[in-house]
Amino acid sequence: MSRTRTERLVNLVICLLSTRRFLTAAQIAATVPGYEHDPADPKDHEAFQRKFERDKAELRELGVPLETGTASVFDSEPGYRIAHREYALPDIILEPDEAAAVGIAARLWQHAGLAAAASSGLAKLRAAGVEVDPHATLGVEPVVTVDPAFGPLTSAARDRRAVTFGYRVPELDEPSTRHLEPWGVACWQGRWYVVGHDRDRAATRCFRLSRIVGAVRATGRPGAFTPPADVDLISHVAHWSGPVRHTGRATVTARPGRAAGLRRWAVQTLSGTDGDRLTIPYADAERLAATIVGYGADVRADGPPEVREAVIQRLKEVVARHDQVTHP
Amino acid sequence: MSGPKPSVDRLGRLLNLVPYLLARPGILVAEAAADLGVGERQLREDLELLWVCGLPGYGPGDLIDMALDGDRVTISHDAGIDRPLRLTPDEALALVVALRMLAETPGTGNRDVIERALAKIENAAGDLADAPVAVRLPADAEKLDAVRAAVEGGHALRLTYYTAARDETTERVVDPMRMLMVGGKAYLEAWCRRAEGTRMFRIDRIDAFTELDEPAVPPVEAVPHDVSAGVFQPTPDLPLVTVRVGRGGRWITEYYPVEEVRRDGDEWVVTMRVTDLGWAQRLLLGLGPEVTVVGPPELLARIREQATAALDQYSSPGR
Repeated sequence: MSRTRTERLVNLVICLLSTRRFLTAAQIAATVPGYEHDPADPKDHEAFQRKFERDKAELRELGVPLETGTASVFDSEPGYRIAHREYALPDIILEPDEAAAVGIAARLWQHAGLAAAASSGLAKLRAAGVEVDPHATLGVEPVVTVDPAFGPLTSAARDRRAVTFGYRVPELDEPSTRHLEPWGVACWQGRWYVVGHDRDRAATRCFRLSRIVGAVRATGRPGAFTPPADVDLISHVAHWSGPVRHTGRATVTARPGRAAGLRRWAVQTLSGTDGDRLTIPYADAERLAATIVGYGADVRADGPPEVREAVIQRLKEVVARHDQVTHP
Repeated sequence: MSGPKPSVDRLGRLLNLVPYLLARPGILVAEAAADLGVGERQLREDLELLWVCGLPGYGPGDLIDMALDGDRVTISHDAGIDRPLRLTPDEALALVVALRMLAETPGTGNRDVIERALAKIENAAGDLADAPVAVRLPADAEKLDAVRAAVEGGHALRLTYYTAARDETTERVVDPMRMLMVGGKAYLEAWCRRAEGTRMFRIDRIDAFTELDEPAVPPVEAVPHDVSAGVFQPTPDLPLVTVRVGRGGRWITEYYPVEEVRRDGDEWVVTMRVTDLGWAQRLLLGLGPEVTVVGPPELLARIREQATAALDQYSSPGR
């Protein structure tokens, strides 16, 4: 944007902020420098109108709340103004430690677009008089990354607009097209999900953002649906019913100095002639068997039978599967 | 969410500059520039532009006025732009979500401070604060707190650490640099004196630690990793492993970075880079009937040999 254009726009904002009456385009043109033209000349007038439209669009893009209305019932021409209370950031007073936390939060974003939004938001807080210590740190800092679908999905959820996207689950090669009324986006254990009403399945569904292929398209009008009251997004993505109880006790024999990973879970270790005898707590025999098989000949499952049999069965299948392999 | 155009950027910066300076009479131009993330020369150009803007009438009493006293600036007339513009939806989202993330991170210490800051930002953002985003980062908060307290003590630490890649538990002395959460897992990034390099230690794999008397002094070459793309980023020098997986083992392609996935009949042929063939052996044996190793030949031989030897343990008495 040229210097003259920036100057014109700053003056336009100041002018519209200072007026209580709605000002028509003609009144604005007669007041704000840079809009001078001859209204009687159709070409000149049209150029002014285009210029004014562009400027209004620019202000709206920046988030300036441009009000439209008429000055009185006798006016048919629309007029414009900016209400100061709509324009201004509300008063905000942050204690130094709170301001430091906001400063830290603003630089957590690894996503370029959101990082820019966070820093321009922080600049506004600074302009509101908040002093931010740029060197503050916290004990543990999360690295905040999001998938590309994050932006369009949060916008759609905010506007309550339905979305369409391609979704690929690992078990199928081709993505399928899904139609969703997004209620919100949730981060659970480092992964992002969108939760909403699946129009194809007519049911509540969660989708992992990393599996979304291509662009997310918003369809239909804003306000097209109402999410359930007090929807708990996390409860839809977190399938966690409390800590797993490791009540089983398996006995395994591990070769000396081997299977360090398994030893970490042992509640008892006894040295023996053919290796160390470990007692391992477990919840699920198949899962423990998989871990034991991972250690190959370094670990032998001694009991109970459900673990021992599961290990033998798995080993037989591994041997059988690899018998037929010929190197390509 | 691509961010505003540069032109909109400058207008936004100018509208923000007036209330910023208004709140800080007599601020050094250089200090303001650094605070706002622009060059000093750019800031002076911005001031010159503002000088000729103002209220209709555009006379001496209408224009934005300021005293530029050498290196310091004071706004004496703001022409009505006395407050910053309210937050845009993206700005509110970026700040609110990052603060929620911070508040949810176990072991950050001052959680109540973050909660208070979040409440104030939400209040300032008005309707926009109701960001449709929820965050939960479960972790062993007790252990994180203990490690964080030790790191804040500023001493070198002796760690008992389990390395999954080599399946070994070792003792090492490290100089802590920072603690972070990546992809839902907590890490200590430190200079490892044993490896003589910067390493990321997963908190849940630190089996024990003691604070040493000596201070933590990471050397100048200790540079934090860029973890924005994940903690493990395969490099071309690592061995390439090829496996065939069925439906039940297909999840590995989402869990580990893979080079290629190709459909072949009812199965998929997956190639991935691994740091250690021993690690690959444990992973793939553990996956059991869901996976067949195709290459490299060395890994195939190891899998066959280990599975056969392991099975033999159950047919012969003793070892």
